[in-house]
Amino acid sequence: MPTLNGLKQTCASVWSVVRELSGDDAYERYLKHQALSHPLETPLDRAAFFKAEQRRKWEGVRRCC
Amino acid sequence: MTTTNSSNNVFLRYLLWPLVALGGAGALGGIAFNRGESINSLWLIVAAVCIYALGYRFYSAFIAAKVLSLDATRATPAERLADGRDFIPTNRWIVFGHHFAAIAGPGPLVGPTLAAQFGYLPGTLWILIGAVFGGCVQDFVSLFCSIRRNGRSLGQMARDELGVIGGVAALVGVLAIMIILIAVLGLVVVNAMRHSPWATSTVAATIPIAMLIGLYMRNIRPGRVIEGSLIGFALLLLAVFGGGWVDASTIRGWFDYDGPALALMIIVYGFIAAVLPVWLLLAPRDYLSTFMKLGTILALALAIVVLRPEIHMPAFTQFIDGTGPVFGGKIFPFVFITIACGAISGFHALIASGTTPKLLMNEKDARFIGYGAMMMESFVAIMAMIAACVLEPGIYFAINSPAGIVGAEAAKAVATVSSWGFPVTVDQMQTLAQQMGESSLFARTGGAPSLAVGMASIFGSAFGNSLLAVWYHFAIMFEALFILTTVDAGTRVARFMLQDMLGNVIPAMGRTSWYPSVFICSALVVVSWGYFLYNGTIDPLGGINSLWPLFGIANQMLAAIALCVATAIIVKSGRVRYAWVTTAPLVWLVIVTTAAAWEKLFSPELRIGFLVHADDLAAQIASGKIAGAAVASTERLIFNDQLDAALTAFFLIVSWIVVIETARICWAFLQGRRCPAFTETPYQQAQLVEG
Repeated sequence: MPTLNGLKQTCASVWSVVRELSGDDAYERYLKHQALSHPLETPLDRAAFFKAEQRRKWEGVRRCC
Repeated sequence: MTTTNSSNNVFLRYLLWPLVALGGAGALGGIAFNRGESINSLWLIVAAVCIYALGYRFYSAFIAAKVLSLDATRATPAERLADGRDFIPTNRWIVFGHHFAAIAGPGPLVGPTLAAQFGYLPGTLWILIGAVFGGCVQDFVSLFCSIRRNGRSLGQMARDELGVIGGVAALVGVLAIMIILIAVLGLVVVNAMRHSPWATSTVAATIPIAMLIGLYMRNIRPGRVIEGSLIGFALLLLAVFGGGWVDASTIRGWFDYDGPALALMIIVYGFIAAVLPVWLLLAPRDYLSTFMKLGTILALALAIVVLRPEIHMPAFTQFIDGTGPVFGGKIFPFVFITIACGAISGFHALIASGTTPKLLMNEKDARFIGYGAMMMESFVAIMAMIAACVLEPGIYFAINSPAGIVGAEAAKAVATVSSWGFPVTVDQMQTLAQQMGESSLFARTGGAPSLAVGMASIFGSAFGNSLLAVWYHFAIMFEALFILTTVDAGTRVARFMLQDMLGNVIPAMGRTSWYPSVFICSALVVVSWGYFLYNGTIDPLGGINSLWPLFGIANQMLAAIALCVATAIIVKSGRVRYAWVTTAPLVWLVIVTTAAAWEKLFSPELRIGFLVHADDLAAQIASGKIAGAAVASTERLIFNDQLDAALTAFFLIVSWIVVIETARICWAFLQGRRCPAFTETPYQQAQLVEG
């Protein structure tokens, strides 16, 4: 069933773009980055990471007219 | 396979671009020669798309190759400084999405709607030409400059490249533009909610909805922003229908307020939003508004392309002579001030030197993201222009003219508008208001209601007219949602900037989490914009008339500062022969802002000159024409005029100081004399390859 697989794959890639665009996968990306760059640190859990991220993100000009 | 490829290439090389050019020229010609009868909006869309395509394909390629020499082998800050937080190498489409969502605010929707009073042609031409040669170039070059400087902000680059004067001017400019921007946008929302229980209750419901989503995304399902946004979207739709129910019920009186009362509520709301933690209101509201913004813009684009509505506004109206009811002032310079966002917007330089440069994986993408995203925003402005111009001109003017000009009585207002040659009747306005679920649509200035009527009629013709009132309030909710996001976010940014400035004098004030400082600075910011907002609601000329040009001048001034920084950088990089790329829009902006500021200051026309208007009011008090209780409020109007005049003069002086300083520094550099150094980060080979 190559077409079904293809369709599945397309859906999966669209979904991953949507997640990345909306920041839905920020935590997974953070874990990946931590594992790669700071393997000795214990990463934050999901809730703590989200809290810290939101506080940090809004410390500057984020939106325009 | 190879043959198809090469024949494709031949087609691309020899035929495609001449065809695009021909298409654009044909569409523009069609627009230009089609006078006296209505024209189809498809012409505008075709002309716009062809011009953008040509601008992107040729002009931005020229800038990328010759002026900036984009270098794909050079490591970007995202790669060199990757920290997984601010600096993250990100796919170009994702960065494009973020950047577009950040730059596209309510500005490109409101400006063209107001400028439609000159007819559809002046605004449309300025949006297209301004974007291709001005706005897109500014965004692109600002982004490039920031990428080559570790993602530094516009203010920092101005200080580095132009010295202390440039740095201070940029800082003060940003703060001033923020205050005026919030005030004028607040006024747009107030005018949309005035005596409209449906709109007011729907907009009010967005606040608890945002808080609910904030709690959901923080405590119930941390970080699940797609889920949260979808739930929020469903709740927002419910709020639109719920508003209709409120409007028909006995509690409608709870949501029925006049302008000044709504202004006070927005002021209190703005203060609370600025001191509340971001996760509770600001961040979830931003998710929802981005979601709505992208969705609605997409839906509007689809609807316009599929339905191709007729444009009823003439190409030019008689109001190019400066007598227009929506705002006073001739076509030059006021069309260029009224439409800032959509053609060129200085504010974008803040975004292009903020988050975006820290995400780019490849320097070459600066063209696609900087130039391309602004093209999209410009296209949004074209759609707003179309939505305003599909209305019957009589209806457009009846909605957008303040009562102080056309008269407060419905019969008087329609008589005035009809006497201009744009026939409209009281019946027509009443039927329309009824269809839209409003008690009246007269004198709803600020652009949001007429845009909502335009959008509702476009959507209505696709899905049937039975839902017109829902579409109308959906559009109002959509505009209010992201205007309030700008109010919250802008107040917060202005608060940080104020804390930063005061921190230089009193160190404790600079601590962004110290509560007394947070409260004092937030209150100062809110009172500043609140002052202009409140006075806008009691101004008999409608408030928008004085505030929107002030905003336009401030925004263009910021654009001038950004172009000055870019010009200095281009000159110092040894490419003075290409400096015209930024100097040309800069010169145009300086001409336009100076002319507009001069008229706002010294025009003898009461609706244009701030000072002459103040003198006139003072004379009326002196002669006893205004007496009793009205004296106090008139005196406040006089002070307001004088303050507006002082601000205009201040903007004018700041922009000239920066321009002269830039010229001096460029000249000193070319003469080999001392000047602030060229601060580009040294070359480093890129390792990342984008998939």
